[in-house]
Amino acid sequence: MRLDQAAKSLFMTEFLSAFWMSMGYFFSKKATLNYPFEKGPVSPRFRGEHALRRYPNGEERCIACKLCEAICPAQAITIEAGPRRNDGTRRTTRYDIDMVKCIYCGFCQEACPVDAIVEGPNFEFATETREELYYDKDKLLANGDRWERDIASNLAADAQYR
Amino acid sequence: MGEFFNDYVVPAAIMIGQSLLLLVVLLIFVAYILYADRKIWAAVQMRRGPNVVGPWGLLQSFADLIKFVLKEPVIPAGANKGVFLLAPLVTTVLALSAWAVVPVAAGWVIADINVGILYIFAISSLGVYGVIMAGWSSNSKYPFLSALRSAAQMVSYEVSIGFVIVTVLLCVGSLNLTDIVLAQGKGLGTELGLPSSFLDWHWLVLLPMFVIFFISALAETNRPPFDLVEAESELVAGFMVEYSSSPYMLFMLGEYVAIVLMCALTTILFLGGWLPPVDVVPFTWVPGVIWFILKVSAVFFMFAMVKAFVPRYRFDQLMRLGWKVFLPISLFMVVAVAFVLQLTGWGA
Repeated sequence: MRLDQAAKSLFMTEFLSAFWMSMGYFFSKKATLNYPFEKGPVSPRFRGEHALRRYPNGEERCIACKLCEAICPAQAITIEAGPRRNDGTRRTTRYDIDMVKCIYCGFCQEACPVDAIVEGPNFEFATETREELYYDKDKLLANGDRWERDIASNLAADAQYR
Repeated sequence: MGEFFNDYVVPAAIMIGQSLLLLVVLLIFVAYILYADRKIWAAVQMRRGPNVVGPWGLLQSFADLIKFVLKEPVIPAGANKGVFLLAPLVTTVLALSAWAVVPVAAGWVIADINVGILYIFAISSLGVYGVIMAGWSSNSKYPFLSALRSAAQMVSYEVSIGFVIVTVLLCVGSLNLTDIVLAQGKGLGTELGLPSSFLDWHWLVLLPMFVIFFISALAETNRPPFDLVEAESELVAGFMVEYSSSPYMLFMLGEYVAIVLMCALTTILFLGGWLPPVDVVPFTWVPGVIWFILKVSAVFFMFAMVKAFVPRYRFDQLMRLGWKVFLPISLFMVVAVAFVLQLTGWGA
């Protein structure tokens, strides 16, 4: 061992300088967000939890074209279609998304001709059971009602880049 | 009957009461030491650490306790059930029982025995049995290998800790922990004509021993940078791999009690125990137990800081440090200190 190295380890200079430096960090400002109380910004293009939207008059947008089902690479979407009972228009009788299969690629919202299925800004939808992540049409429409304001403003903000 | 009552029942009841008091205070202290450990580590990494449960996260350790207790303990099918469940108990009970002889203030000690330091040394040596039992009874290769490493590590560093303690004992002339603290009331500072102060404590005259003891204490308690046993980022949990729920919690508890014990031992041997830093008026008003807790906390702060900024040793480096650096130095120091004491007539 060289003399300067020996002196260094004897007087623990490296230990002391490391201690000094980490005390500097100890008192420096925290880098982390205080997460559940404080959240980072989310892009308008963020692909989070799915939602089925409605027109302003309350009519559901989805026309059961099944383009989303066809394009879904994970085959997470299942749709059954039929004429609606009161007016005979073509609607979905079943619209299920398996959120466990979904890879959040956003192809469904790209494929949708009427902006019915969209991926909203919400990413906090963890559940305690697996079954709760098998979304059906009611759940998706409820999501749409709940997040409509955010979804609409995000779509408007992103529209000029499409 | 009355004689029997006075001779046996009353002292036993007093001792049980004292033990319970010490146990409760110690466990609450350990809960906050755990919290402090996480907070200090987080602060150095510019994180926030636990801050949700209770104000500033102060109740985090208790939330963890409830979580550990309520979880299901999984006992592997191949494990030797009796030994498997005995191992965490051995670790915790041994770590706690060493506190019987630790004086936290003048006269505040459950068993003021004359071989206190030997008792602590013996008990902490037995601690390795908990590790070996856990690793062997898990009947699985990773816990077994890790238990062997841990045993080798603890045994190696006990040797240098032993010699460090011998140098202190040479200076004091007593194995009683209270005497060791009181002997630090006079020393280098009082020789120079100053009032009794922190200059008299052993850390200054035995500085190399103090450093070696601190580092060996880290290794002895399997703390980073010597936590090869359960190297969090490389191995899973070392000999505790198969443990879950309350048995795992007992291991963690035993580990932290042992850490606090090592901090207390550092305080008693080198930092003057409950003695105030300067023996003049504003400092002497503060009760000794407060000084003791403050000193233990300060030593623990260094334990936590070392965890935060020192990279982990490789196993061969660990063994080299223990056997080829600390052992010769401490052996030499024992001889040197004995020589000086004999020549000058200092000490006892």
